[in-house]
Amino acid sequence: MTDWTTPRVSPVPLRPRQVSLRERALDRTSPLRQLDWILLVAVAALITVGGLLIWSATKQHQLNLGLDPQAFLKKHIINAVLGLGLGTTAALVDYRALRAYAPLVYLASCIGLLAVLSPLGSTINGAHSWIVLPAGFQIQPSEFAKLAVVVGMAMLLGEKRDGESRPRDTDVLSVLGLCLIPMILVMGQPDFGTTMVFIFVILGVLSVAEAPARWIGGLLLAGVIMGVGVAPHVLQTYQLDRFRVVANPADKDFAKGVGFNVHQALIANGSGGLTGKGLFHGSQTQGRFVPEQQTDFVFTVAGEELGLVGGGGIILALGVVLWRGLRIAAQATDPFGRLVAAGVVSWFGFQSFVNIGMTLGIMPVTGLPLPFVSYGGSSMFANLMAIGLLQNVHMRSREL
Amino acid sequence: MNDHSALRLVVLRVLVVSILLTLLGRLGYLQVAEGAHYRSAASANRVREIITPAARGQILDARGKPLVSNRTDLVVSVTRSILRSQKDKGAAVLQRLSRVVGIPADQIALLITPCGERIKKGVVARAPNCWNGSPLQPVPIQSYRADDLAQIRDVLAIEEHAEDFPGISATYAAVRKYDQGSLAAHVLGYLGPLSQDEAKKPKYKGQVFGSVIGRTGVEAVYDDQLRGVNGVEKLQVDLNSTVTGKLGTVSPIAGDNLVLSIDAGIQKAAEDALAQGMAAARTRTDPSRKRHFIAPKGTAIVVDVTNGQVVAMASNPTYDPAEFVPRITKKNYDVLTSTPGDPLTSAATQGLFAPGSTFKIVSTAAAVKAGNSITGFYPCPGSLKLGNRVFHNFEGESTPNSIDFRTTLIKSCDTVYYQLAYNDWIHDGGTHAITHPREVFPKMARSWGFGSKSGIDLPDERTGLITDRVYKQHFWEQNKTKGLEYCRHAKQGYPAEPDKARAAYLTLLAKEFCTDGYRYNAGDAALFAIGQGDVLVSPIQLAMAYAALANGGTVFEPRLSKGFLSADGKSYSVQAPVIKGKLPVSAPVLSYIRSALQGVVQPGGTAQGAFAGFPLGQVPLAGKTGTADVLNKSPTSWFASFAPANKPRYAMVVMVTEAGTGGTTAAPISRQIWNAMYGFGGHKPLLDPGGQLPAALPVVLPNGSIGPPGTVVPVPPTLRKAADASAPTGSGTQALGAPVIWLAERRTGRGPS
Repeated sequence: MTDWTTPRVSPVPLRPRQVSLRERALDRTSPLRQLDWILLVAVAALITVGGLLIWSATKQHQLNLGLDPQAFLKKHIINAVLGLGLGTTAALVDYRALRAYAPLVYLASCIGLLAVLSPLGSTINGAHSWIVLPAGFQIQPSEFAKLAVVVGMAMLLGEKRDGESRPRDTDVLSVLGLCLIPMILVMGQPDFGTTMVFIFVILGVLSVAEAPARWIGGLLLAGVIMGVGVAPHVLQTYQLDRFRVVANPADKDFAKGVGFNVHQALIANGSGGLTGKGLFHGSQTQGRFVPEQQTDFVFTVAGEELGLVGGGGIILALGVVLWRGLRIAAQATDPFGRLVAAGVVSWFGFQSFVNIGMTLGIMPVTGLPLPFVSYGGSSMFANLMAIGLLQNVHMRSREL
Repeated sequence: MNDHSALRLVVLRVLVVSILLTLLGRLGYLQVAEGAHYRSAASANRVREIITPAARGQILDARGKPLVSNRTDLVVSVTRSILRSQKDKGAAVLQRLSRVVGIPADQIALLITPCGERIKKGVVARAPNCWNGSPLQPVPIQSYRADDLAQIRDVLAIEEHAEDFPGISATYAAVRKYDQGSLAAHVLGYLGPLSQDEAKKPKYKGQVFGSVIGRTGVEAVYDDQLRGVNGVEKLQVDLNSTVTGKLGTVSPIAGDNLVLSIDAGIQKAAEDALAQGMAAARTRTDPSRKRHFIAPKGTAIVVDVTNGQVVAMASNPTYDPAEFVPRITKKNYDVLTSTPGDPLTSAATQGLFAPGSTFKIVSTAAAVKAGNSITGFYPCPGSLKLGNRVFHNFEGESTPNSIDFRTTLIKSCDTVYYQLAYNDWIHDGGTHAITHPREVFPKMARSWGFGSKSGIDLPDERTGLITDRVYKQHFWEQNKTKGLEYCRHAKQGYPAEPDKARAAYLTLLAKEFCTDGYRYNAGDAALFAIGQGDVLVSPIQLAMAYAALANGGTVFEPRLSKGFLSADGKSYSVQAPVIKGKLPVSAPVLSYIRSALQGVVQPGGTAQGAFAGFPLGQVPLAGKTGTADVLNKSPTSWFASFAPANKPRYAMVVMVTEAGTGGTTAAPISRQIWNAMYGFGGHKPLLDPGGQLPAALPVVLPNGSIGPPGTVVPVPPTLRKAADASAPTGSGTQALGAPVIWLAERRTGRGPS
């Protein structure tokens, strides 16, 4: 039997060894070694391609207006750098502490969403979703609300008592209550797309949290009833048209309004072929036939100018992000981490599908950006913070 | 992590994978399977074609005299999409424009509003006060003669102060100019703008909505050759139609000049003589009606019997094709369509009339064909009872002895033909037809060109009617229970007819038709032989029949085109004569009839009065009068003739409706025209020495103007091969002045246009 009580005496004085910065960075336990690099590379690739697409989509128009042709590219890079900082913070904070901050984050985003509906808010492209700040900055609180809902849900469902892992009805109800407030506020903007993201995230997180199947089923049923029975009475005509045009793309009534966007997006994507027309050489993009082509419709630039190779590459890179997210969820040591990861995957997965799907004519047009690729600060910040959270969970998932 | 949670994660994984596969599959489908479709849609999206109209070819008479040429107009147009991008939606610009063109601003605003667009609550823009073209296209508002300097000075200010007139353009456009006024209007025809639906048809490929195309006359028939090939400039544009690059230019090719066989001088003489003759007829009294003749419509046709070319073709009343430039006003159009005699249709090709005794040349040939001797003698009683019906000679005249065909034709004895036609009818079995009736008379009429289109190069020619047993049977089957439903009316009468007497009469006819309408009875056959009853011909058909008689038996298709000259004068094509058929009549019989018709204009003939004093010694003439009875109207007056009778070159048909006998109205008009052609009665001859017309085509001189036939040019033009005779080959001569530029909307149509 080992006498484990006897202290071992070192032959050399106990003195911390001088460890070089490089050694420290490469140490097995260092945060850098424990990052999910594949995830980071995929995200970096998406942001880079996004920059190129945004540049191509805006260069000529900026020149026509006599403005800096690289303005959007530069802002995209700045957004990415600032987002990197926010993401790093989210990754390094001890997530036990994060749980403490979660209510604050949630509260802050609800206040932000409220502010949007107040006179502080501003309408851009039909949705009252922005707060315009001095010096040309705009904040879209709904992007941060997605993050807050993911964290909030994970906190409510993840702080489980030992021995009882499945959420009870009261837990589910409290989660729904938590989500209802931002959902109502977002619906009021009106931002149908973000509302749908919330619903999908709730379903994804509840599902992974092993909420009773009746809740999942019930929520799905409620969603269908909402969609079929209530939505036609609540939604604006233009919002309904966005659904109708997917069902009847050839309908002449849609040719001018929302159908025009979809039609032009289809032409842009479809005319790209296998390898595309070359960056800066897409006639649809350069002629600005596709609306919002640096933000919501940015995928059409890839489809047209980079073809199946570029567009497929973006889809695959998003697939890598989702795959790593699911892997992180699977490897997470505690329910909180697993639920955060599942929430982020649900969010990115649904949002990517709706965004790309609308440019391909299989989903209704909504104002959802393509994660990491679309131009937009709020979305970039929220997305990178979510990636930071994934890394945070990842770093603590290995047995140390 | 427990099994449940892992299972739930699997669900999420499956979802993610299916999402990715859906997107990849859809993207691949769009880009690879549907790629070609979307690539063409993308190119249609970004490419705009600007059409530069080709100069339309001139229309010349046989001597090179322009009948239709081009004139430059200054056209003020408004592009609504540019106006709407102004802060005040273009209100200020319209106010300024209103002061220049003198049209109230609110009216201009209406004119440029797309048809069907809501103007205000409950009010939608409707034609004619709206624009039925593309909203991106400039809408022509007002046009000015470019040579009218006083008037266009203000308009030119639009271009000088373009910054005050965004969306307004003043551009030069070539429009049609009618150098001889309304001369030969029915031959020339007029132009009209292409509608949006027509512009999509393959026939009008390269044309855009709003371009003018030939609507009637030779302008319509030879539209392809006259039109030329428009130039196209392809521009690359963005969503706002801002030009971002040039993709290529194709220069316009000017249309060919069309040379007509019409001689402007003879055409003028014919129109004048016709108008005077009709006016004179209106001063005479119809003895059977106790009122003046109405003489509402008439025609005079001169054709070259050797090749079927039309030398003159007058139709009265007429119209001024200049009223259609740039487009006819509704008011003027209403006036034209409500004028008695229908000025817009040609009596020569679109009117159908009973030919009366002019038809007897056909009946004579038929009678001989039926076995009667051309030298035989036939009784000419005052009346003849055929079956249970009595047929009278015109005004009951008769001769005591039998007469030969010469006398029959000269005196125009109807009873001879009644009897001969009746004999043939009996031969065919009378009302109980034999299995294969000879039907000599109707068959003979068809072979002279009646009952089928003459084939003249004019649109909307009418066929006419030759009735025989087969036709009657067919008509009866089509109308006894279907169509006009005679058998139903036979039972039920005509309750909708307010006039009770007329209703009773119609019911009687319906009863007769229902039971016996298929029968070709003796009366049908007898009346047919004198050009009455169920026989209708167009004057051009009659002219070609007389030409065939005159030339020895060849029925030509009449032709107005003599050939084409390329705009640059480098090449030309010639219209070859087209033979429609040969008369199944022997040369001696034709010769006999020709000789007999000479007697008509001589003392004792039905046209002796009209041609009294005509120098028949210099130019022997042959002709036949016709006086066709029309139910409840004065008779149609005909005179068909040819000259010189010994060596025929020209045939002429003159017809005036509701104008009395052929000898009193049509024959004097004809004489006037013959006088003018050969230079009798104080006229200078319109024909060249020897009674000729130029055989060669006019020529395009180096300076672009037209020289008469025979003019010597440094580089003689080359004759085009028949295969490409119709394709214009002139090089890129542009329309006069700067062309009007139409923005061709050729996008796939889903855009916010």
